[in-house]
Amino acid sequence: MVRMVTATELRPDTYAWPVEAERLEVKAGRRHLAVNGLDLRLGTGVHGLLGPNGAGKTTLMRALSTVHRPSGGRLTLLGTDATESRSLRPLRRRLGYLPQHFGFYPRFTVREYVEYMAWLREMPKAAIPGAVQRAVERVGLTDRADSRLKSLSGGMLRRAGIAQAIVNDPALLLLDEPTVGLDPEQRVDFRTLLRELGAESCVVVSTHLVEDVVAACSNVVLMDQGKLVWQGLPADLTRFGEQGGTGDSAAERGYTTLLASHRSAK
Amino acid sequence: MTTHIPSPALESYVAADPGLDDAAVWAVEVHLENCAECRARMAEMAAPPLLALLDDVQVAIDRGVRSGPGPVRRHPWRRMVHRWAVWSVVPWIVTVLSAVLAAFLLDRQFPERPSLVLLLAPVAPLAGLAVAWSRRSDPAWEITAGTSRAGLEMLFRRTVVVLATVLPPLALAGWRLGMNPALWLLPALTFTAATLLLGGRIGVDRAAAVLGSAWVLVIVVPAITSADLPVVIRSESLPVWALAAVIGTVLTLLRAGDHQRAPR
Ligand SMILES: [Zn+2]
Repeated sequence: MVRMVTATELRPDTYAWPVEAERLEVKAGRRHLAVNGLDLRLGTGVHGLLGPNGAGKTTLMRALSTVHRPSGGRLTLLGTDATESRSLRPLRRRLGYLPQHFGFYPRFTVREYVEYMAWLREMPKAAIPGAVQRAVERVGLTDRADSRLKSLSGGMLRRAGIAQAIVNDPALLLLDEPTVGLDPEQRVDFRTLLRELGAESCVVVSTHLVEDVVAACSNVVLMDQGKLVWQGLPADLTRFGEQGGTGDSAAERGYTTLLASHRSAK
Repeated sequence: MTTHIPSPALESYVAADPGLDDAAVWAVEVHLENCAECRARMAEMAAPPLLALLDDVQVAIDRGVRSGPGPVRRHPWRRMVHRWAVWSVVPWIVTVLSAVLAAFLLDRQFPERPSLVLLLAPVAPLAGLAVAWSRRSDPAWEITAGTSRAGLEMLFRRTVVVLATVLPPLALAGWRLGMNPALWLLPALTFTAATLLLGGRIGVDRAAAVLGSAWVLVIVVPAITSADLPVVIRSESLPVWALAAVIGTVLTLLRAGDHQRAPR
């Protein structure tokens, strides 16, 4: 079957940045401002979101996925105002999201689960079976496609989660700790997949593993206490590490150096 | 497509003639996609090695089909359940059915007491609504909340399921007790709308708890202890209930966007 390219796909983007945040504030719980005045612009490519625990990474991911409404500032996703509930539905068709703690229905098979998520994202009925097969193949779960989710290992579940996030070819893909539970070989495969995805869309990967960011990301975003600390190339992060800092690799030392200098500057 | 591909052009396409430029190749391919006749002509022109290869592939596919794993059994009902509800509503359905049955039996036993079926009607859908929206009962809550069908559409589907479960047993009980159907239907609809409306602000499970306990404390407990039929479930109150149901439904639809986001 030949897939027809639709007019929407060929239409040029009318926005400069897939993600644009200005003085963004997002609450975690009722009071705590976990994202507190964040300015951020992300283009096409793979962006590694780094930061210590409590930096506000997961809260930021929830705001980018439109699950949480920002409490202040501006957030524009794919050219759409994401603080406006009215415009969410068409925007959400173009998003893919893997939460950090992603729940699932244990009785579903991998295929049924990815199909269900494609349906929730309003993919055209005729396109779903092909898209599901492709997503499952891309994460390397072809031979387990018809196994129940409850029978899968942690790493396989994570890959099923990635498959549901990419099934609709999202223009903005958000992955919160996607490499948790993957073994080293799967992690290498996953990085290849990330680079492929980042060629055409804006991919944001939140992780605590500096090595993942250096290996697979085209851009590093460093956050601390709800604010942007530093944004740049992985190579620059590594260069900061040559000046000292603590960690096993140059990139890790760069990470700790940047964080320490940001904290002492305040 | 009236003009077919001229034979020389098709021949050079089949032979992958370097003289054929990209534009000509695209023109041929676009025509081939839509014209079975030219595809057949092209198949005849194919070189013998290609035909042999295609035969081999055909044989390999046939063998694979015969010896490979059978088609997977589909579970369309499982998919349908998830499109309309969540599994966790099942125990709730049993509870509500038993509550309605118990209320019906008691009403028939003691017709002079305030009707328990009428006192139960407004709160009967609430537990179902709470379960259908609870983060705790829906494991995939966060992953589904950010999808385009979340919000108005899932709101509509899940509410339909809850009402389709609650209303028939109430209707049956009301009919056997000879009640005016509006007496149980309008309060049930009003409380459903109010729960969804408030739920958009504070979460459906919390809203159900607040409204449900308010009804029980203010109306049900006094009615049972005093044995007087409270005015709110007498026929005089019907116009008020009708107005409340209409206003509540309209407001719920207007505020359906609230359910697109996570309540805090
Ligand atoms: Zn033709």
